[in-house]
Amino acid sequence: MITGNVVVVGGGVAGMEVAGQLARSGCMVSLIEKESSAGGHIKEWHHLFPDRRNSMEVTDYLARQINHDNITLLTGTTIARMGYGKKVFTVDTENGKSISADAVVVATGFDLFRSERKEEYGYGIYDNVITSADLEVMFRNGEIKLTDGRRPEKIGIVHCVGSRDEKVGNIYCSKLCCITAVKQAMELKEHLSDARVYCFYMDMRMGGALYEETYRESQEKYGINFIRGKVSEVGETIDHKLIIKVEDTLVGRPLRMELDMIVLMAGMEMSKGGEQMAQIFGLKTGENRFFAAADHHYGSNESNVEALFFAGSCTAPMNITETISHARAAAAEVICYLRKAER
Amino acid sequence: MQFDPFVIPFNIGLYFILIYAVVRSIIWFRDLSRPDKLRLQRGFFGKAFGQSLKEIFLESLIHRKILRTNPRLGYMHMSLAFGWFLLILFGTIEADIFGEKHLNPPYKAIFFKFFNPGHGIGGFEAGYAFLMDLILLFILSGLFLAVIKRFTPKVVGMKKSTKLKSLDRVALTSLWLIFPSRLIAESLTSGEYGSGSFLTGTLGSWLASFLPAGELAYPFWWLYSLSLGTFFILLPVTRYLHIPAELFLIFMRNSGIRTGDKAGSYSEIQAHSCSSCGICIDQCQMNFSAGINNMQPAYLITAIRNNEDTSEIALNCLMCGRCDQKCPVGIEISAVRMIQRREVYTGPEFRNVWKGYFRLRNGDHTPKPNGHHVYDYLPETAGSEKTDILYFAGCMTHLTPAISRSMVKILDASGLKWSFLDKDGGACCGRPLMLAGNDKEARELINHTSEMIWKSGAHTLVTSCPICYKVFRESYYLDIEVLHHTQFIKNLIDEDLVRMNFLHKRVAYHTPCELGRGTLVYSEPKDVIRHVAILEETGYEDENSLCCGGSLGNIKISSRDRQKIAVDAAARLTSRNPEILITSCPLCKKTFSAATSTKVADISEIVAEAVIIPKTEKPPLKHSLPVAEAVNIF
Amino acid sequence: MEKFGFKISKTRVIDFDQNDKSVAEFIYTNEPSFRLCIECGGCSATCTAGNFIPFSLRELQILLKRGETEKVKDNIEKCMLCGKCSLVCPRGVNTRNIIELAKRAFKTPELHAV
Repeated sequence: MITGNVVVVGGGVAGMEVAGQLARSGCMVSLIEKESSAGGHIKEWHHLFPDRRNSMEVTDYLARQINHDNITLLTGTTIARMGYGKKVFTVDTENGKSISADAVVVATGFDLFRSERKEEYGYGIYDNVITSADLEVMFRNGEIKLTDGRRPEKIGIVHCVGSRDEKVGNIYCSKLCCITAVKQAMELKEHLSDARVYCFYMDMRMGGALYEETYRESQEKYGINFIRGKVSEVGETIDHKLIIKVEDTLVGRPLRMELDMIVLMAGMEMSKGGEQMAQIFGLKTGENRFFAAADHHYGSNESNVEALFFAGSCTAPMNITETISHARAAAAEVICYLRKAER
Repeated sequence: MQFDPFVIPFNIGLYFILIYAVVRSIIWFRDLSRPDKLRLQRGFFGKAFGQSLKEIFLESLIHRKILRTNPRLGYMHMSLAFGWFLLILFGTIEADIFGEKHLNPPYKAIFFKFFNPGHGIGGFEAGYAFLMDLILLFILSGLFLAVIKRFTPKVVGMKKSTKLKSLDRVALTSLWLIFPSRLIAESLTSGEYGSGSFLTGTLGSWLASFLPAGELAYPFWWLYSLSLGTFFILLPVTRYLHIPAELFLIFMRNSGIRTGDKAGSYSEIQAHSCSSCGICIDQCQMNFSAGINNMQPAYLITAIRNNEDTSEIALNCLMCGRCDQKCPVGIEISAVRMIQRREVYTGPEFRNVWKGYFRLRNGDHTPKPNGHHVYDYLPETAGSEKTDILYFAGCMTHLTPAISRSMVKILDASGLKWSFLDKDGGACCGRPLMLAGNDKEARELINHTSEMIWKSGAHTLVTSCPICYKVFRESYYLDIEVLHHTQFIKNLIDEDLVRMNFLHKRVAYHTPCELGRGTLVYSEPKDVIRHVAILEETGYEDENSLCCGGSLGNIKISSRDRQKIAVDAAARLTSRNPEILITSCPLCKKTFSAATSTKVADISEIVAEAVIIPKTEKPPLKHSLPVAEAVNIF
Repeated sequence: MEKFGFKISKTRVIDFDQNDKSVAEFIYTNEPSFRLCIECGGCSATCTAGNFIPFSLRELQILLKRGETEKVKDNIEKCMLCGKCSLVCPRGVNTRNIIELAKRAFKTPELHAV
């Protein structure tokens, strides 16, 4: 067993996992979450890819992880200041608490790209242009319908919204949107068996475990259609149908399609909270604005500040599996550090 | 003592430059178009003449405009120009009054001290000598600044100094030598004869106390004459041609001559009138936001004068027009640049001969190839339904649907009969092609779109895009009213055709280049904003506004440099933390949206948000909808 | 389908080794962002000229890179330079400069001739 006080910033998947691991090793953990409850983005997700299990199963696991006497969960809390001296952090919260810690884990996660920034896609302008997050809410509510209450018959899914797009300042790939698109396309078909679903992609990036299999399944079992081309504009017809402008690059001709609903695959960005942490703790960020870890290969949990570690998607887009692995690695790093400090 | 051989270099230089000026004026005059010749003749014998003299005094000598923009730089230019002018004027009077006889050859005035070494010892003479010393000191102080500027531009408030070619260096050295050599020559002569005032006298007697002043003076008189002669002979092939060229420019401009769209005498005189002061460089966002320093007007004009290939740098400009506003010489920089852009495709119209002492029309000037029509694929325009108001969103507005939607809402609310010309996309207005120098191709698009407008029977054309607006106004031959949507909304408000709620938001307004400096629409947008929100100043108002960086005027700039300009401009415009940064151009909106976290919106959007939708469609708004009721609806 | 001036090539094969890629080289040198295209087709989808005729900037670019210049020559002038393509390009390709350089290269072969 090990002793020490650790502050974990961010109560999402990574923060909960790292807190649970540290608590079980003997550390006293303060888990700080800005929202009213822990859980992070996964709370808003209905089913997870690639196996489409219910996200509740994972949140239940995480809830069990942080249900430990050594963990103090501080919800509705943000950090105002911090000081570091004599190997001890003093973390002051906005609501006036002061916590001292031997180590800090930053697990501030990501923010979803605000799709209204791609104005040409008409999010917030046209009815029935929604984001992948909005669609998850619909799945959870068990009903997929248009704003006028009708069931959509023709649905377009637009990949790379806010990712791989220097026009919004994000040149990186968010890596999860392709598989999310495939997962959501299949689920749409499960809800609306008559609907036709079209995915508009630049490249299908199916690098994760079981991703390619899921992609194949979506074609084989669900009849999802894939069209290679970046959507340039979304418009509206007189009878309020959405109209999409894209080049079918494989045919080499422009393609126009009327749709009832468009789902934008919003990418991942460095979170606002993360940016604040970068300022407060003086942390380095990379060109993609996510935190820059000390080493890409063997130091992905270490930061440029002593005794401060990273966990999860605050360093790069990650899926749940990767986030949990990364959080466990962060816990191991913290324990290692505290052991060294004890000696 | 009427003559000494050392005056020969000066005399050669002086008579060379005088003869050159006459020959060159004849060539310039000959190359003017007939109307311009008439303008110049009329201007020369009319009111414009007096105005020109006044302007020459204020700008060429005093350098009032530079003084206003940058006092230290202005003082430098003024002391050299005005000081030298005073030195020649009072020197001539001095030679006339105190010399052996009246009406002397010019060199007598310039080298007065040499020929009258004992002059200036007592009485009125001493007073006059004091004046001459004072003028010399005035010039030397400016020269001192000029030397410092050359090595550390920041001292005179400049961020960047212009580069020089080798002949310019020789001319610059001779210019720099003129006044110090005069100072030393006069001082030594004064020292020998015990004459001279506070400057030359004091310096002279001190030098004479340990130097053989009499023997040393003579070589310095030679140096003085040589530097003058060299300077005059090099003047036509160096940037110093700007000194006489500016005089021609002022006369021509006051006679009503303008640049036009082809190279000619006037554009050439403008190119030669540039003193490379560098004010345009300091004004340029390419410089201060993106660190690009090779394409600004001062550099472009130098390249034109040196007969260099300008095809890359001519196209590497946002055409925002900020430099036009500030050029102290009043060169129509953007018009000159446009001429160079057209020449990218046609080849230069003029070439330098005799090392640039003259420029001649290019004999083998190739007319534009491609006699065929490029855009003949555009469909015949069908006669559309007749309408009153025609709305043309423009290409860019199709990428900002919030703007076109807002306009649809406002147009509907106005109750006017209108139709959407390019709802499903139209042809381009032609301005981007014009900006690239392809006038002929642009004309094809203009004809196409004109026909569509004519056939609609509308009496008013409204566009959301300032780029389109400028070309509709300037290059289309439309006999209907053309309005930018800001002006149109202003009219709707004035005529009480739309009513709006007041949104209690603090907003800043960015004037787009094409709408502001481009077409002088400054007040209407602000008036409209004040109807719906609290308008705050940005510090970059009206003609001082910034470019968003997205400008179609620049064909060469990389997207990364565009982003630098956009981020910098957005940061400046939002430095007082407005809730919304408002603009009136789809391109500005798009560019700024990606460059700041502040909300960016078009005027039409806040108007559409505030507009009160009338309950019933017809009878006119005024009678059917009292304001109190309208508020309830919202 | 209308062929808009494309000649039907003798063989289906792109003779990459024999094809003259000097225009592309000229553009690479003067506009490095020419290399950044990922063939997403955003430019072609939004294209104002493409609204009227089968004009695809994406296709013209890749043809230049493969040295299939004849096809490009006849079509490149149809661009209206409106700039929408550069506004949607996710890679920041300076599309209008590529058009400008290609036009100039075709007009003045000595700029790029090997």
